[in-house]
Amino acid sequence: MHELPVINSILKVVLKHAVDNNVNKVIAVHLQVGELSDLEDKWMQQYFDHLAKGGIAEGARLKIERTPVVMKCSDCGDAYIADIKQDKALVCPECGSKKNSLISGREYFVKNLEAI
Amino acid sequence: MSDEIRLIEVKEDILADNTQIAKQLQENLRKEKTFLLNLMASPGAGKTSLVIQTIRNLKEKLRIGVMEADIDSMVDAEKVAKEGVAAIQIRTGGFCHMDATMVKSGLNAMDTDTLDLVILENVGNLVCPAEFETGAIKNAMILSVPEGDDKPLKYPLMFSVCHVLVINKTDFLELSDFDVEKCRERVLKINPDIRIFEVSCRTGEGIDKWVQWLYEEVKVL
Repeated sequence: MHELPVINSILKVVLKHAVDNNVNKVIAVHLQVGELSDLEDKWMQQYFDHLAKGGIAEGARLKIERTPVVMKCSDCGDAYIADIKQDKALVCPECGSKKNSLISGREYFVKNLEAI
Repeated sequence: MSDEIRLIEVKEDILADNTQIAKQLQENLRKEKTFLLNLMASPGAGKTSLVIQTIRNLKEKLRIGVMEADIDSMVDAEKVAKEGVAAIQIRTGGFCHMDATMVKSGLNAMDTDTLDLVILENVGNLVCPAEFETGAIKNAMILSVPEGDDKPLKYPLMFSVCHVLVINKTDFLELSDFDVEKCRERVLKINPDIRIFEVSCRTGEGIDKWVQWLYEEVKVL
């Protein structure tokens, strides 16, 4: 539902770095998207295509890498990858505690650009 | 000019701008001693009803303002204004959430230094508002009984960003399969620090505990 503002922000970051680096054309954008995001790759690409039309990022391909949900144990400090879609309790693999906080999994991160 | 493909390092979080504005806004609110509560829920979960119950219980003790965000219409602000508090309506014009910049301009339109508590009633959905920080001191959400106890599995981000969950419409429990314990387990799994209140805005049951919690939070700001 919020594809438009998210993709618009991605495009802004892409264009800023493209201009700073005197790029003629952006070929691909490598994104890291947290698994908590519900945006689908296909729709992200379609919105990007629409917004990038007429600029140096037109036609660029989004290469989307999903980054896992990582929790930090509040008792022993261990960081672990969590499968939050399973309907069972999250338990720290190190100490068995159920107390935790989210470290990553909700990010939209522009890693790099391929450009000419 | 070479046609060779170059790799340009970017390493930028696209929500960083919004997060930065939200942090600044939160800092200003703390200085002004204005408590901003970001209230999120699905359409029909009872956001406006909870706002009205909260006003009725706290308006003698706190100076309250309400910012209603909707894609269109003024009905919520009109309802809230009838309760005798400052209310503004923000029409997001198709946007499915409020971001920090929108909240900032909303707050500018209110006299926040004369207010102890501002309730932001965010756009009704469990997806988009969770992604964008608003500058609020606390995030609260409502899950109503008819929506079902499986919602924490479907919208984990929303349940993970909230400090408080209000389970509303408990007067419907006997007509439904909603399992409060199961729901609590599912929520606490992804957010062990969340506070959970069970209320019925219609009958008023449980409202006192929610209101007491909110009042104490506003007082210690």
